[in-house]
Amino acid sequence: MVDQIDVVQKTALQDRQWRFIFCAWLVAALSTLGSLFFSEVMDLIPCVLCWYQRIFMFPLALILLLALHPLDSRVWRYALPLTLVGLVMTLYHCLLFYGLIPESLQPCRQGVSCADDSMVLMGFLPIPLLSLAAFAIITALLLKVRVLAGRLPAAVIESL
Amino acid sequence: MKQSHFTLIALLLMVVAFTIAALFYNTGLEQVQNERASSNSAALIKDYSVREGDPAAKVTIVEFMDPACGTCAQFYPFVKQMMKYYTGKINLVVRYLPFHQGSDQMVAMLEAARKQDKFWPVLELMFATQTQWTHNHVAQPEIFLGIIEQSGVDVARLRMDMQDPAIQRVIKQDLADGEALGADKTPTFFVNGKPLPSFGYRQLQELVEDELQAYY
Repeated sequence: MVDQIDVVQKTALQDRQWRFIFCAWLVAALSTLGSLFFSEVMDLIPCVLCWYQRIFMFPLALILLLALHPLDSRVWRYALPLTLVGLVMTLYHCLLFYGLIPESLQPCRQGVSCADDSMVLMGFLPIPLLSLAAFAIITALLLKVRVLAGRLPAAVIESL
Repeated sequence: MKQSHFTLIALLLMVVAFTIAALFYNTGLEQVQNERASSNSAALIKDYSVREGDPAAKVTIVEFMDPACGTCAQFYPFVKQMMKYYTGKINLVVRYLPFHQGSDQMVAMLEAARKQDKFWPVLELMFATQTQWTHNHVAQPEIFLGIIEQSGVDVARLRMDMQDPAIQRVIKQDLADGEALGADKTPTFFVNGKPLPSFGYRQLQELVEDELQAYY
């Protein structure tokens, strides 16, 4: 009887973990395809900082997909480091884009500027902000997976 | 299992959405480019532009190019071959878009060589030796000036002619015309005023053949 309840609870837990990883993968895959759409279809040239963010986003689309079949709830161990570095990059990019960091500090010397108007889609959606949202959502979802695995106090995720 | 269906459907939806969006975007872009080219047709050819081939030919290729552009160098033999194959039926107009740093000096060299009737030999030599005088996408005119003697130009005269302020005006006008026509990459081709539907050897050849069929 006790064993049965355990099994039921375990499957329920695994289903929840799967859904969170699935959502994280969706965000990563959409970001990857979106970024490829900007560069390959719309011919926008990725700036230096965009390239660094791509380096940390593209693998997530694959790693998270692999973690779904079969479910590997420990994927946060490999994926979180990527999203955290990506988060730092996007934060830096956003600060640069909104002029909170002076131009002279930015690493883009020639080629495409990381802070000009070509970064704004359809006149209102800045690409750095989209990137920040994507990395933040994936990070939050993976932290949730980690909480469900009992490796992090629930208070951490509730405070987010 | 249900979960794998979820993943498959999501994957499929994303790929389909991407493809449809790309198709829509490209069709829209093509339309915009066609309209832009037809409403700015006066910007296509200028009296001062370099022209090659029979002036009576009914098909005209306008090529916006940059001497320091690698793809332009790769396209050159193809265009030359086509010119030769359809001798008398097509002619070629060359316009300059010196996007690479230092490339305006290369254009000045071409225009100066033109005064010695050596435009094509110098352009050919430029493209053939391009990797020697471009470093990290920056043109090094001085290096090419060391190579240029092979083409038989009078280098001292060439250096003097390069200073002609008219050349800078030509470059400025070509850049402005390129912008008006939506030519923001090199090489950009127009065949009888029509832009390529998408970039490539095959697309250029097809457009040329369509025009040849319409006129001959």
